[in-house]
Amino acid sequence: MKLSQVRELLNAVVLTGENHLDDEVYVGFGCDLMSDVLCYAKEGAVLLTGLSNKQVLNTAEMANMNSIVFVRNKVPNNEILELAREMDILTMTTKLILFECCGILYEHGLKGANLS
Amino acid sequence: MSYELVFDVKRGDFDKAGEASRKIKHTLQQLGVSNRIIRKISIAGYEGEMNLAIHSLGGKIILAVGENKLTLTIEDVGPGIPDIKLAMTEGFSTAGDEVRSMGFGAGMGLTNMVKNADAFEITSEINEGTKIVMNFIIQ
Repeated sequence: MKLSQVRELLNAVVLTGENHLDDEVYVGFGCDLMSDVLCYAKEGAVLLTGLSNKQVLNTAEMANMNSIVFVRNKVPNNEILELAREMDILTMTTKLILFECCGILYEHGLKGANLS
Repeated sequence: MSYELVFDVKRGDFDKAGEASRKIKHTLQQLGVSNRIIRKISIAGYEGEMNLAIHSLGGKIILAVGENKLTLTIEDVGPGIPDIKLAMTEGFSTAGDEVRSMGFGAGMGLTNMVKNADAFEITSEINEGTKIVMNFIIQ
């Protein structure tokens, strides 16, 4: 699905990287443990997380993630958002909890990462 | 073509941690290394950089660019790892709450470096330091 559809389904607000709303995403990874993202997340996946520190962006950048959705109404500070702009990555925030976000996106065809 | 890039990493500086890995990634992109290999090096290097910030007294990351391989060396000035076998066990970590609250310290870093590198070597001396050398073959 397109990232614009992710935004609509999660009723999310785009924070940075609006130019990527037409990009496609096929896989999602919901996690607050960045160590696991680095181990298991698939390239090009949307990362859904309740953490909003700088290391979330670094993790997404190193693992070539497609975009980041901050759940539970989390919004990173301006310095972190500036870094996201520099990285040219789409970030958005939603009031929904991680469980609901994953459920909604899965129901609409987004797949999870296979740990094989 | 053969050269080295060196990046210093300070203990506990989680504001700067990640910068060296980002610079390494950009360098490799400019060199035209394939995305698949860049991702492996970026992940392994970032795990190493976070380990330096979390566990070491300070250290450096050295990227050596050779003809057919890239070598990433992560070395610090202490405190050294008392039991390397235990440290290499998935899930084992001595990281504190601050680190865990950032989403790290799950005891996955070293095993993830092994997974991504084509060759991995670790040596450590108490009070002297730890050195990790990872090689990545460029196809």
